[in-house]
Amino acid sequence: MSREVLVKKSDIVKYYLRKIIIAGLVTIAVTWVALPFVMTIIYALSDPDQYYDPHIVIPTRYTLEHIHKLIVLGAWNATINSVIVAVLTILFSFAIGLPAGYAFARYAFKGKDSLKLFIVALRMFPMMVIAVPLLVLYFKLGLADTLLGIALAHTAMALPFVILITSGIIAGVPVEYEEAGLVFGLNRIGAFFRITLPLALPGLAAAAIFTFIMSWNEVFIAAVLSFQNRTLPAFILNLIGGATDFIKFAGAFIMVIPALVFVFVAGKYLVRMWGITLK
Amino acid sequence: MFMGDTYMVDVHLRGVVKRFGKTIALRGIDLDINDGEFVVLLGPSGCGKTTTLRIIAGLEKPTKGKVIFGNREVTYLPPRERNISMVFQSYAVWPHMTVYDNIAFPLKIKKVPKEEIDKRVKWAAELLQISELLNRYPHQLSGGQRQRVAVARAIVVEPQVLLMDEPLSNLDALLRVKMRSEIKKLQRRIKVTTIYVTHDQVEAMTMGDRIAVMSAGKIMQVGTPWEIYNKPANVFVAGFIGSPQMNFIDVTIEEAQDGVNLVSSDFTIKLPQEYISLLKDYVGKTMILGIRPEHMYPLGYVPANLQKKDKIKGVVDFVEALGSDTIIHLNTGSKIIVVKTSGTYRPKIGEELEIVIDLDKIHLFDKNTEKAII
Repeated sequence: MSREVLVKKSDIVKYYLRKIIIAGLVTIAVTWVALPFVMTIIYALSDPDQYYDPHIVIPTRYTLEHIHKLIVLGAWNATINSVIVAVLTILFSFAIGLPAGYAFARYAFKGKDSLKLFIVALRMFPMMVIAVPLLVLYFKLGLADTLLGIALAHTAMALPFVILITSGIIAGVPVEYEEAGLVFGLNRIGAFFRITLPLALPGLAAAAIFTFIMSWNEVFIAAVLSFQNRTLPAFILNLIGGATDFIKFAGAFIMVIPALVFVFVAGKYLVRMWGITLK
Repeated sequence: MFMGDTYMVDVHLRGVVKRFGKTIALRGIDLDINDGEFVVLLGPSGCGKTTTLRIIAGLEKPTKGKVIFGNREVTYLPPRERNISMVFQSYAVWPHMTVYDNIAFPLKIKKVPKEEIDKRVKWAAELLQISELLNRYPHQLSGGQRQRVAVARAIVVEPQVLLMDEPLSNLDALLRVKMRSEIKKLQRRIKVTTIYVTHDQVEAMTMGDRIAVMSAGKIMQVGTPWEIYNKPANVFVAGFIGSPQMNFIDVTIEEAQDGVNLVSSDFTIKLPQEYISLLKDYVGKTMILGIRPEHMYPLGYVPANLQKKDKIKGVVDFVEALGSDTIIHLNTGSKIIVVKTSGTYRPKIGEELEIVIDLDKIHLFDKNTEKAII
């Protein structure tokens, strides 16, 4: 049986209108995120003459001169410092945070929820308030102006995040896998390292990268606690106050690139951590 | 030598109590399981059957009581020192290992030589017909295949006790029926003491050498499938086993000239003389009469060899035609009695029926204790 099919023009218009609106919104969102990166990269590498020429928005001649200048002034050392601090921060915060996260995920105990809240509440403490007393304490302990000192402070800052995220990741590994490990010959520690840890690894890697970026970007505590052994953000903060614009952009460039690389490398793990699997 | 020559053990639970905070999961479990026996723990969800299994496994420690394997108390031993293995409800096949590695893992932990591991993994894989899957990862397998891997991993370690926690509940109906007989056959072949948890009475009846029916943290009855069905010890077991459920009717016991009358609000059933001695303590009191739907027959469908019988009348209230069977809901006045009969019989709704009861198959329960008297 065939019958007349009616096509309303307004239906078609609405269909395409909806598509156009969605595309427009996506474009705005992408621009919003990408534009600062693009600007930073362009101006960090731009020729000074062209940068100051009011008629040129996008320079045509590029140079590594500004970045080279920063490196000569000590950016390379600061970068190494930053990496050391970030790696130490990951080691310390996972050494303490992973067992805590495991306990939160796997055991029921009294005051569990209040304890969790308390851990988050620690983050409410303003860094400005504790920075100076911390510096005094660090002088007494001989930790002032050391990378270890900065790493410890960063560990304290990262710990609530690490504990909560790792507990979420561990809770996401079904407890039966671990129990099967116990039944088939492992003790608790063995079951953790041979069953739970490998299964939690993608999520834990993402958490580690977040911790890395947090430490990498942290400037306030790093600037207060160090004078000679500065981390990259502290070094740049110190340097760029009176510098020319393209030096500022070059500083931002050096800061952003490692973070960008990390995010791209960790991309698929990050996606998995938020519970979406893209296969 | 392994492969069909497993060393078995008997399992005993003595006064096992388990509390989780304020809730009591197990209220004193005593159970004796013979070596090589297939025992099913059956009960509704939340009755404590899985907790019992986890206590036998060592994944939970009982608040009170003992777990004994053979002549050794294992209450305080961790799972790995108990010589058990387990099939989990979710299978718990490790996703980061291939099928081969999953099955081999328990043997690797025990430091079994490599050639021996290979031999045993292949033996188990062949037994469960998963030889061609050995190099795959669990996410490449169907639920049924994963289940086979879990069973293969469980038997490869030469366990003294094999524990299974609702292993078939995640399979589709057809596969479940197939695996039911396969697991049972496998257990007969390797003769391992097996404790199997399920809420499915058909699984329990078809697989178990004996069934322990549990409810609210207690064992209600332990017996062979025949005993559980024909001689239920109490109202709970009588009602839990059998489908459709047994009819329960409150009746008053009255002594008559030539027998005993069971008087309900709707009808009176007459029992012969020999019941008087059994029921003399209950004369004048109320009891619960239990009759299974399949032990009542419409006229024309009564087996010729029925010894003792009586009739009740009622009006057909509803009919479920299942093809092989017809389930009749009979309104006897104030009660609905469910009768299961041949699928060829199709009474009409509103029709008046006479139903013959097989008096040899009735049950009478004490109203207060709910224990079976007959």
